[in-house]
Amino acid sequence: MSLGLEDVRKIAKLARLRLSSEEESLYREQMGKILDSVAELSRVDTSKVAPTTSVSGASGAWREDEARAFSGAEKILSLAPEREGSYFKVRKVIEG
Amino acid sequence: MTTIGLSAGDIAAGVAGGKFSAEEAAREHLARVKEKDARVRAFVSVLEEQALAQARAVDAKKKRGEKLGPLCGVPVAVKDNILIEGVETTCSSKILKGYVAPYDADVIERLRKADAVFIGKTNLDEFAMGSSTENSAFFKTANPWNPDYVPGGSSGGSAAAVAAGFCPLALGSDTGGSIRQPAALCGAVGLKPTYGAVSRRGLIAFASSLDQIGPITRTSADAALALCVIGGHDPLDSTSSPEFAPGKILDELSQNLAGLRIGIPKEYFIKGIDPEVEAAVRAALKVFEKLGAKASEVSLPHTPYAISTYYLIAPSEASSNLARFDGIRYGRRAQEAATLEEVYERSRGEGFGPEVKRRIMLGTYALSSGYYDAYYAKAQRVRTLIKKDFEEAFASVDLLLTPTAPSPAFKFGEKTKDPLSMYLSDVFTIPSNLAGNAAVSVPCGLTRAGLPIGVQLIADRFAEGRLLAAAAAFERERPFPRLN
Repeated sequence: MSLGLEDVRKIAKLARLRLSSEEESLYREQMGKILDSVAELSRVDTSKVAPTTSVSGASGAWREDEARAFSGAEKILSLAPEREGSYFKVRKVIEG
Repeated sequence: MTTIGLSAGDIAAGVAGGKFSAEEAAREHLARVKEKDARVRAFVSVLEEQALAQARAVDAKKKRGEKLGPLCGVPVAVKDNILIEGVETTCSSKILKGYVAPYDADVIERLRKADAVFIGKTNLDEFAMGSSTENSAFFKTANPWNPDYVPGGSSGGSAAAVAAGFCPLALGSDTGGSIRQPAALCGAVGLKPTYGAVSRRGLIAFASSLDQIGPITRTSADAALALCVIGGHDPLDSTSSPEFAPGKILDELSQNLAGLRIGIPKEYFIKGIDPEVEAAVRAALKVFEKLGAKASEVSLPHTPYAISTYYLIAPSEASSNLARFDGIRYGRRAQEAATLEEVYERSRGEGFGPEVKRRIMLGTYALSSGYYDAYYAKAQRVRTLIKKDFEEAFASVDLLLTPTAPSPAFKFGEKTKDPLSMYLSDVFTIPSNLAGNAAVSVPCGLTRAGLPIGVQLIADRFAEGRLLAAAAAFERERPFPRLN
């Protein structure tokens, strides 16, 4: 399967990854090979097979949605690259 | 030196019985790290001060006459993708450099209660993606048996730490073989518990439906001891299972192997296995037969599709899990970014290494509109068939015996240029992650060049007792040499 550079750029955009042009060509080639290799799955008849999403065996972990006190806020906020008081500081989100 | 080389069980017994103190054990192991880790480079960070303080607290507890935990005074190394409160946790990635864990992982809470002592955080392939620890953004870890060779991965630092005698117990995580393969390559015991046996809370997620924390040790008895401490239901991990029963595991550990039915899956003895590995694994089977086990050939017909299935499911889950590293709440933020979008793209583009980016790209593609059914959903259906293969096999045998890895340790740089050749290192370990069952790698010999070989035993879900009993019986029959 061959991927075009445009495909690679589109995926990088979806993944929020800035890639150099060297990375774009490298991943184009490597992903093409990996996708060729995984294409072997099309040989397996799965028309009557359900997908497996979990192998945990634990079925449903329900609990009451109760508010509980949390004392770790300061520790978590202190990890932010930029903060202001009790807020994470980010670049402007809304234009204008 | 008195405590170096002792098992975790013997150190705990020595501390509890007053033969030596937890502080002595910690000092001796830390001194060995200081002396030898410049060559191995197993550790991303050594927690000397904290470890000594923890050890002194254990000694004080003993002095007060309080009951000590089952791992009292045992020096433990922790893979650097598992959170210890107040300690930097990097995943061996530039994007997390400086991240100080705000809470303890569930396994760390349990180890603390068991009075274990944390001596350091170990190197890994960035975000646990790799099979040689060469993908660490910081440095390469050497195989303690021969420094020209990789230790395997992704838990390469943990396996090397145990093999080098820095600690009798290290924690790793296993998504596609990341505990068992480095254990095999370093001559250690590596256990991937049943999915759901050990809580994943505080393990930085790679592929959530596959990730499982487990111990790397020198003996199977220590693996059992460690599993009984770290396993158990955690209400804060909704995939952790209430079925885990540590008492049963310890009861089964001394069982003999008379009548044990061992299946040899023919799909695991394929062309391309290193001949010395195949010979050592077949010799291991003879040992089991001598111990009373009955061997028979079985078939797990969908095994050849496991790698492709894994390399769709794991990157897909990774692309979703790693979306949280966006430079906003923690980790590295790109400074030159003008817009929010640029903050994301640059922080991630600069912060992640090549293998992580490759997998995020692959996963994003497999999940993207128009491709989801052909790739991700298809892989999940094949996963069902792989799981069913195991269920059918375990209807007629108790354990499966296979090589852990197709080759012994390889040289640095040998597989880094071709991702697909690196991915093949996990061909025999991946199926158990897809099926969620328990598996262990046990050292079974050395190559002529002196590199360790591992044999893998695979058991049904929650059959760790039977699994480790077989491993322990094998060890008694075939003691494995240790490095000085």
